[in-house]
Amino acid sequence: MTKRRVYVDNAATTPVHPQVMKEMLPYFTQYYGNPSSIHSFGRQAKHAMDKARERVAAALGAATDEVFFTGSGTEADNWAVKGVAFANKGRGNHIITTKIEHHALLHTCQYLEKHGFEVTYLDVDEYGRISLKQLNEAIKDSTILISIMFANNEIGTIQPVGEIARIAKEKGIYFHTDAVQAMGNVKIDVKEIGVDLLSISAHKIMGPKGIGVLYIRKGIRIDNLVHGGAQERRRRSGTENVAAVVGMGKAAQLAAENLEQHTKRMTSLRDRLIDGIIERIPHVKLNGHPTERLANNVNFSFEFVEGEALLLSLDMAGIAASSGSACTSGSLDPSHVLLAIGLSHETAHGSLRMTLGEANTEEDIDYILEQLPPIANRLRELSPLFKQCEGGKVSV
Amino acid sequence: MYNETVMEHFTNPRNVGEIEDADGVGEVGSPQCGDIMKIFLRIEDNIIKDIKFKTFGCASAIASSSIMTEMVKGKTIEEALSLTNRDVVDALGGLPAPKVHCSVLAEEAIRAAIEDYRKKSEGTRNSG
Repeated sequence: MTKRRVYVDNAATTPVHPQVMKEMLPYFTQYYGNPSSIHSFGRQAKHAMDKARERVAAALGAATDEVFFTGSGTEADNWAVKGVAFANKGRGNHIITTKIEHHALLHTCQYLEKHGFEVTYLDVDEYGRISLKQLNEAIKDSTILISIMFANNEIGTIQPVGEIARIAKEKGIYFHTDAVQAMGNVKIDVKEIGVDLLSISAHKIMGPKGIGVLYIRKGIRIDNLVHGGAQERRRRSGTENVAAVVGMGKAAQLAAENLEQHTKRMTSLRDRLIDGIIERIPHVKLNGHPTERLANNVNFSFEFVEGEALLLSLDMAGIAASSGSACTSGSLDPSHVLLAIGLSHETAHGSLRMTLGEANTEEDIDYILEQLPPIANRLRELSPLFKQCEGGKVSV
Repeated sequence: MYNETVMEHFTNPRNVGEIEDADGVGEVGSPQCGDIMKIFLRIEDNIIKDIKFKTFGCASAIASSSIMTEMVKGKTIEEALSLTNRDVVDALGGLPAPKVHCSVLAEEAIRAAIEDYRKKSEGTRNSG
């Protein structure tokens, strides 16, 4: 078997960009001061934090004092939703979100439901888009927050965030969006969108793991999530992970600078992969929106086979992907996103997500297209569902 | 995640296929759960002469089916019925905890196929 290795799981995480790592390294051993210290060591670290904050602000179209570093995208989501909920509970207790959010959002909302908040989980259509009409209808006098992801991590579907922001503003409701997957793959300008809160994460954009950002528009009423010292202008305590903050700054800068060229290249590779799979493998279904999707996202269901078996087989061929199958999640149910777009359980179990990144080439795509058909074939030969379908009967 | 035995059976599963006019057929699991195991038996003189399987499921489901067919082939019906999911797990050298249900499915599949055989042969006796 060939030694080729192809990483197409960039929605899970990305490698750190060499330029990002280069800028981070001195902050481990050379400029190790605590940014809160007033001596020169501390001031060096503080200066690096300021520079990183400026870069993130520039990348998002935000002001520097609207950028808050967190320990992850998950923390940013938790902070946005819990912080707004608790700070505004005098005005109302209703939150609107969707059925296809990341668990960082869904589990936070479920937690709030246990604490007296009411949550509406909007349906999505077969492509994973919400209906603005349903959003409008879901709004009540008690609604204090709308949190709808910018783009979905599994199927890549992009939501009409600008229109959601307009609706929210009209009704005087805060709007948060989880832009963890969108960052680097879609243009993000918080002022242009009109969003109040927005979460991003460094490790999805060739930055380090363990660092995220919550953009909080000036004037938003939000409680703290992490209490303690006076870091992040008293909004998020804990000694700053300066090297990671520096990495976040550089990664955000590169993501914004390279956006156009990156998305153009990713779109071309993505479409080559999508078209190639449809051409070579029967009984497949593209999950997500045909056009309103992230430039790097490919998600297919392969009828009659189970996703984990596909993943392991691909892994043996050196290809790293992911699946919405239950067997890969440790639960008995397949992905909530795939069920929300109306897939049957068995079709959802047979899903395969390939998310492209900077390192991928046309040769990688051709290699996947060469390896995938025999793998799908072999598993179908093993599957009792396949024969029944080939025989013309209903498979399940 | 999986040991070499499991991966070996996943990569080169034994006794894959179907038996035409099988003496017993058992199907367990459901597509909703992401696992279906279908077992075909050829039985002569109370002995499992041939066994084939088809499985829709993850690697451990495929490996459990494969090793189970090896374990019962050539055995008497009673011996096959005494097979437990623990035996399947042990023969595979262990399965990750969330995957143990796949071995349960293998045990249920062989039982279902034998039950089908018994029903069929009873039917034959009654009509004969």
